[in-house]
Amino acid sequence: MRDAKLERGPGEAAVLREGPVAGGGCKASRCGSSAREDELPDAIREKVRRHPCYSEEAHHHYARMHVAVAPACNIQCNYCNRKFDCANESRPGVVSERLSPAQAVAKVAAVAGAIAQMSVVGIAGPGDPLANPEKTFATLRGVAAILPDVHLCLSTNGLALPDHVDEIIRLNVHHVTITINAIDPQVASRIYPWIFYDHRRIRGLEAAEILCARQMEGLRMLVARGVLCKVNSVLIPGVNEDHLVQVNRVVKAEGAFLHNIMPLISAPEHGTAFGLSGQRAPTAQELKAVQDRCAGGAALMRHCRQCRADAVGLLGEDRAAEFTLQKIASIPVQPDHAVRRAAQARIEETRREDARARHAQEPPLPMAAPGVRAQVAVATSGAGRINVHFGRAREFQIYEVDAQGVRFAGHRRVDLKGEDAMADEERLHAAVCSLNDCAAVLAARIGAYPRERLAAAGIEAVERFAEGLIHVSIRGWFHDYAGRVERGETVHRTGQDAPLRQGAYVVA
Amino acid sequence: MAYKIVGSQCSACAACEPECPNNAIREKNGTYVIKAEKCTECIGYFDDPQCVAVCPVEDTCVVDSSYPRYQAQV
Repeated sequence: MRDAKLERGPGEAAVLREGPVAGGGCKASRCGSSAREDELPDAIREKVRRHPCYSEEAHHHYARMHVAVAPACNIQCNYCNRKFDCANESRPGVVSERLSPAQAVAKVAAVAGAIAQMSVVGIAGPGDPLANPEKTFATLRGVAAILPDVHLCLSTNGLALPDHVDEIIRLNVHHVTITINAIDPQVASRIYPWIFYDHRRIRGLEAAEILCARQMEGLRMLVARGVLCKVNSVLIPGVNEDHLVQVNRVVKAEGAFLHNIMPLISAPEHGTAFGLSGQRAPTAQELKAVQDRCAGGAALMRHCRQCRADAVGLLGEDRAAEFTLQKIASIPVQPDHAVRRAAQARIEETRREDARARHAQEPPLPMAAPGVRAQVAVATSGAGRINVHFGRAREFQIYEVDAQGVRFAGHRRVDLKGEDAMADEERLHAAVCSLNDCAAVLAARIGAYPRERLAAAGIEAVERFAEGLIHVSIRGWFHDYAGRVERGETVHRTGQDAPLRQGAYVVA
Repeated sequence: MAYKIVGSQCSACAACEPECPNNAIREKNGTYVIKAEKCTECIGYFDDPQCVAVCPVEDTCVVDSSYPRYQAQV
């Protein structure tokens, strides 16, 4: 079966690079890395080069926006309370500004004029885009008419997907994300209480069987037509953590080029079935463990921010509040294509320079510390550099480093809604807790008191790499760290875990 | 009896609007409302009232007992 898929052609549906041989504890290679550019076949790499959600490197440089034109949904998920946004594709507890297709196109024009590096327009909800096909496709048509250079994306639960594949192709939608939390209907029935299909509300196992079959059918149809497909899965401890390894293998075999395993967001105040039943969210290391177990399957995406359905900006920032309907009324409607082209050309030049610098500067890693592997947190506001003050960071990017290299491992948010009013002490405590599984924090500057608190928690505060390239700096730090561990000057920090913060992004 | 939408419960997701076979559902002041005189409780069209079946919030599309029962000859 897998061989058959391989024959679909390397350009579109190609199954990704085989993983390393698991023997020897699978430490020997890039296993566990995110979707690094060099893992992807050339044609796919070119297609995702400017897509922040699909390319880990691009997400430092390019911005995306979601337009919330699709409020209706055709299924119920236990992690979702529809009084708010979809908890999977967006965040619970926050309501997106809903737009008509015409309003959405006007907003896209305004954002494209203000943020030249905005390269992707997606529709992710707040319900399911394909449960609102007229609104969704009218919006995509309108956006393509004014901005032929942006990538169009959709994110769907898949139930209605097979019915709309032709229109997706016609509109040149390059990227589709399907949320597949289970391929076994028994598992799926614990996640989806009902679906609305063929004019009926269907419950239980029957509903799960239909949904699973439609998701897989939709995935196959898109892959056969050359659309890049990413699969999203929500990791629900006790429900699908083991099953997701199988999901990863199967969606890879079916041609998905990227798999994004996200932590469940679950708190009683969100009013979701899982939140109310006490279903807990995974910890940072539980999430990472499942991601690492998927090594060798579909390439994994680890930089997902579970954005709101109306998010605007670089991943990790949300500038939606700058572009409300009221505010865009005063922004010129026609984006300047020449300005956009020039800005994006500058970004590509920067990326080429950085890549050259990375290859030229990388100090050889010490081979003498084969067993040492550490996690490092980095404060960055983009451009691939360490350029944010520790106290101002709204999130940290987490990298894993060992003798084999530096790999992106995820991110930690420290920017929860309502925390602006929190005392500094509490904020600091929250930040230190969220980095508990890291050996060091690299930031542009770290104040004396936070430095003390980090040291007390056993985390090194490092500012000597301010403005440095992330990968080069981490290698530099690790070179020193591994040496100290080996000489017995530093106790290697290992075996720690950290909570994943729950809740909604602050609107910037 | 027609169906009605409990306004305080309605999330205004609009899922019901295109499902109604009688075109009886419209947006009004931020929520959706059913025009009682057009509602047939989906009798003659579907086994289940479509607004009830698709609505994501339980007990939001409910029977309007103040309105006489729809007299369809099925």
